[in-house]
Amino acid sequence: MAQHADWIFCLVRTDSSGIKQQGISFLLIDMKTPGVEVKPIITIDGSHEVNMVYLDNVEVPAENLIGEEGAGWSIAKFLLAHERTGIGGIPHLKREIRRLRQITEELPLNEGFLKDDQLFMDKLNKVEIDLLSAEYTELRTLASISAGGHPGPESSILKIGGTDLQQSLSDLYVEALGYYAHPFMSEDDLKSNEKRIGPDFAANVMPHYLNYRKVSIYGGSNEVQRNVIAKAVLGL
Amino acid sequence: MDFLITDEQKQLQDLIHQFIQKDYPFDVRDKLVKSEDGFSKEFWKTFSQFGLLAMPFSEEDGGFNGGPVDIMIILEAFGTGLIVEPYIPNIVLSGNLVSKLGNKEQKEAILPNLLSGDMQLAFAFSEPQSRFDLNDVTTLAEKKGSDFKLNGFKSVVMNGPAADKLIISARTSGSQLDENGISLFIVDRETKGVSLRDYSNIDGSKASELTLEDVVLTKDALLGEQDKAFSTIEEVVNLATLAISAEAIGIMQKMNELTLEYTKTREQFGQALSQFQALQHRMVDTFMVHEQTKSLLLMAAAKMNDKADDAVKAISALKYQVGNAAKLIGEESIQLHGGMGVTEEMSIGHYFKRLTTIRTIFGNADYHLKKYSSL
Repeated sequence: MAQHADWIFCLVRTDSSGIKQQGISFLLIDMKTPGVEVKPIITIDGSHEVNMVYLDNVEVPAENLIGEEGAGWSIAKFLLAHERTGIGGIPHLKREIRRLRQITEELPLNEGFLKDDQLFMDKLNKVEIDLLSAEYTELRTLASISAGGHPGPESSILKIGGTDLQQSLSDLYVEALGYYAHPFMSEDDLKSNEKRIGPDFAANVMPHYLNYRKVSIYGGSNEVQRNVIAKAVLGL
Repeated sequence: MDFLITDEQKQLQDLIHQFIQKDYPFDVRDKLVKSEDGFSKEFWKTFSQFGLLAMPFSEEDGGFNGGPVDIMIILEAFGTGLIVEPYIPNIVLSGNLVSKLGNKEQKEAILPNLLSGDMQLAFAFSEPQSRFDLNDVTTLAEKKGSDFKLNGFKSVVMNGPAADKLIISARTSGSQLDENGISLFIVDRETKGVSLRDYSNIDGSKASELTLEDVVLTKDALLGEQDKAFSTIEEVVNLATLAISAEAIGIMQKMNELTLEYTKTREQFGQALSQFQALQHRMVDTFMVHEQTKSLLLMAAAKMNDKADDAVKAISALKYQVGNAAKLIGEESIQLHGGMGVTEEMSIGHYFKRLTTIRTIFGNADYHLKKYSSL
């Protein structure tokens, strides 16, 4: 979202002498500073959400340093642990699964509705059970935070579990639509008053599925999260 | 392992691969997809010169008498280059319907033009509620004297935007799900009462929503016998299912190659991604899934070729497996590419999008599992 940003938090290298984790500082930079250039990256769903940000001799006042010089890695790790807890997105998933269940009661299939397709409903119910286990894992983490702890390596479980669910559910929406998952509406099409192609909710379904491939990649990829659990939790 | 393929068929395969390498690199394909037509009419002519458009038709119809194996070879090769030219809607679906059901006048009016690359066709078979059931037809064709009057709606008609003529399935008798009572009609896109809303699909192909409002057709528009079109529709869609499965398997092969190549060059934590055992095992899995799905493709093509009793069951086994393999290989390829995998600029995401729509086209894994169980 750098194209909208007034300020950018940056991890920058301020010292190269030690191991890679050392010598990183956390800096707040005004996007209007000369030398900051933003180039869009378009993703496979056709959206503009991410960018390349180039920094060419950008001068930043020393007071914009967050925390100690060289403490960037620790600050980032602290933030990412919270991000991982949030990425799980359980409340959003609960709403989306309710909405999909509603859709199965309204989407015509032969002389009835999609809910008559037992294989589809089995998959929906499996996702719902997975969601329950993710939700109660999150509640356990929150309980330990309330008791004075802070989210540790266990937040990696929430990140993997939650993002798996987001992807499974986005795929179920695609399956629900059948052929109507395929028409692509550009942002301009979506702004027009012309009637949508297929069911009202259809336009965003495939882009969402494609876009949500990112959730197992960002916030520390799910492979990295497994490494975290292997090392920090299982002690391997 | 490609035990079915003759020397002649190998040459055909090489011809298409050379075409892709020389004339159809990713940036060319990308421009075509973004163009008004969405594909190249010039390349379509090239395919005619290669003999690809005439492949499945009998010699009397001006074709080369090619069988399911030839179709498989063409589409698998097309898949590796992500060829967007509408072969399946034109040749495998519409052309075959005309060739199997058309009378002399209909064949003469259509097939020479189709085979020379001068005419585009589309087959309108799906309706919003029909999902993958070809027998679910509510579009109505009422008999009015010797004429027919059509009313109804067809959804996501592949190649609709380019089509000069449309072949439409409509109900002439029976109730919504009856196999008996379905007829086919050939309609010019300019016919009064026919309206098309054209659009692009996420995979770069084009389609249309088709509305029919009091479309009056003479009996010359009827393709094949009245009420009796279902079995031929099913037969042709089975061949198209084999074809699109072959395309998927070409795409899977290419995605696996691209991913392997990428992980060998991209470094993380001081070593190439390909050196991590956790990732190696996943690439072994996607490799095996491609090989095993390809084995089912060859089996199904052979059974169709021999007109075996269980050929239809084999097609459902294949498409079920393609649906599952496409999900696994598609999603794993993007994951192993990391953030780069979700950018428009890399080809991998475009292969992923086509592979994802193929999961649905002519029936998803669930549909074919149910069909397999019922046969």
